Amino acid sequence: MSAETAAATAKKDSLFSKKNRKLLIDPLDDSNPITVQVLGICSALAITVQLQQAVIMSLSVLFVMIGGNVIVSLLRNMIPDRIRIIVQLVVVASLVIIVDQVLKAFQPDISEKLSVFVGLIITNCIIMGRLEAFALGNKPGPSFLDAIGNAMGYAWILLAVSIIREIFGSGAISLPGMGQVKFLPAEWFMSEGGFYENNNLMILPPMALITVGVIIWIQRSRNQSLIEEN
Amino acid sequence: MAIDKNSTGYTFIFSIAMVVVVGTSLAFTALSLKDRQDANAADKKMMDILRAIGVSADRSNANDLFAEYVVERVAIDLEGRLVSAISDAVNPKDKSDPFSIDVKKDYRASIKSAVKAADGDELAMAKSLADADLTFPLFRCVNDANQNLFVIPVVGSGLWGPIWGYVALEEDMTTIFGANFDHKTETPGLGAEIKESFFTDKFKGKKLDVGGSALFSVLKGGALTDENSVDGITGGTITSKGVDEMINRTLKVYLRYFESQTQARI
Repeated sequence: MSAETAAATAKKDSLFSKKNRKLLIDPLDDSNPITVQVLGICSALAITVQLQQAVIMSLSVLFVMIGGNVIVSLLRNMIPDRIRIIVQLVVVASLVIIVDQVLKAFQPDISEKLSVFVGLIITNCIIMGRLEAFALGNKPGPSFLDAIGNAMGYAWILLAVSIIREIFGSGAISLPGMGQVKFLPAEWFMSEGGFYENNNLMILPPMALITVGVIIWIQRSRNQSLIEEN
Repeated sequence: MAIDKNSTGYTFIFSIAMVVVVGTSLAFTALSLKDRQDANAADKKMMDILRAIGVSADRSNANDLFAEYVVERVAIDLEGRLVSAISDAVNPKDKSDPFSIDVKKDYRASIKSAVKAADGDELAMAKSLADADLTFPLFRCVNDANQNLFVIPVVGSGLWGPIWGYVALEEDMTTIFGANFDHKTETPGLGAEIKESFFTDKFKGKKLDVGGSALFSVLKGGALTDENSVDGITGGTITSKGVDEMINRTLKVYLRYFESQTQARI
């Protein structure tokens, strides 16, 4: 009995135990919310035209995810079963409103570009999914790690897609606070008599889907265990 | 734990406590960030007004450029009579400053329903708006070429939600110097195109048909245009109509003011 408790404490203490590492690493690849579970696709397609929007969106989701997971996990023994979905929604919605208000105050231009998609974080299936599947049944510590893992899994896909789309679609890279940096010399462009033209298709929504598709393809060819048998 | 957490009483108490906590924290967030948000909105408004007279400003210099180019801020009433005029520095907190007139709110609160009820009947509309005690802001600017320009805010309805913009008139008060529009929820690729420069550029140099049946027309996509009209957006007919409606309705009010000004000068 005492040995068991000791083992449990040891397990709890090592933040980077094998189990906890799995919580962090798994969502990046093996159970990635976007490429494997195909959740949260809507926002991933809509706000990946520019890197700066994707960065702000990722940070927002990270905040809501961590906040939601930890709060719901802390309350997990108090939440009445019958209204648990409503409680989760209220927690997520309030966090999203806070994010929205903060963005409006400190990043008004990006907030305008993200427009409804910040509000739609509420309906992001990744968040509700993690609250229902993980936070409700686990302690705050692991829930915190699970939140970071899943938010990062969402974030890296967003960042990868937006970098590809912005480089080929606008010939530029943008970061919050720096604006858009056009790194191609202006005289390269056809309008200036050069040879290069931005690919407008990259800016349109379908290319986000295709880019995500390509990422899924690469991921599955590297990680054969993801391929379903049938 | 003695309490049955699935009992109805507990569920009620839990939800009440949750609502109180969440409500308080959200109210606190909203209140503590309000000043910054208002300042951002004021900056945005200045940028839009400056854009209408062809000055591109960003958030860092909007205040300075606005003070430099906008020489006078005027408020007029529905009959075109002068209510107030200010030319010192903008104070967004001062409610009597014409800059603080919230045209979008006025539109939502009284004009929108009046437009709908009147259905094109101007007398009926004037009648229903008479008690609303509306004031309309006007920004007199002088640009780099030393031209006197008048910037007029316009608000109307698109297909899905509000649309708004700023129209700049030249000193003769009938030539459009520039315009810009924005929208809340118009369809991307169709109605949402009103904010793009290919559309707003068409307004430059067009004239208002004072005395004609319509001051200005936004025609159905692809139509032939003259100097009193521009080509609307194909596939964005209702949004284009909204632009047409808001320009005609709003500019009529200002023309009354301009007329009284010219008469006074003669």
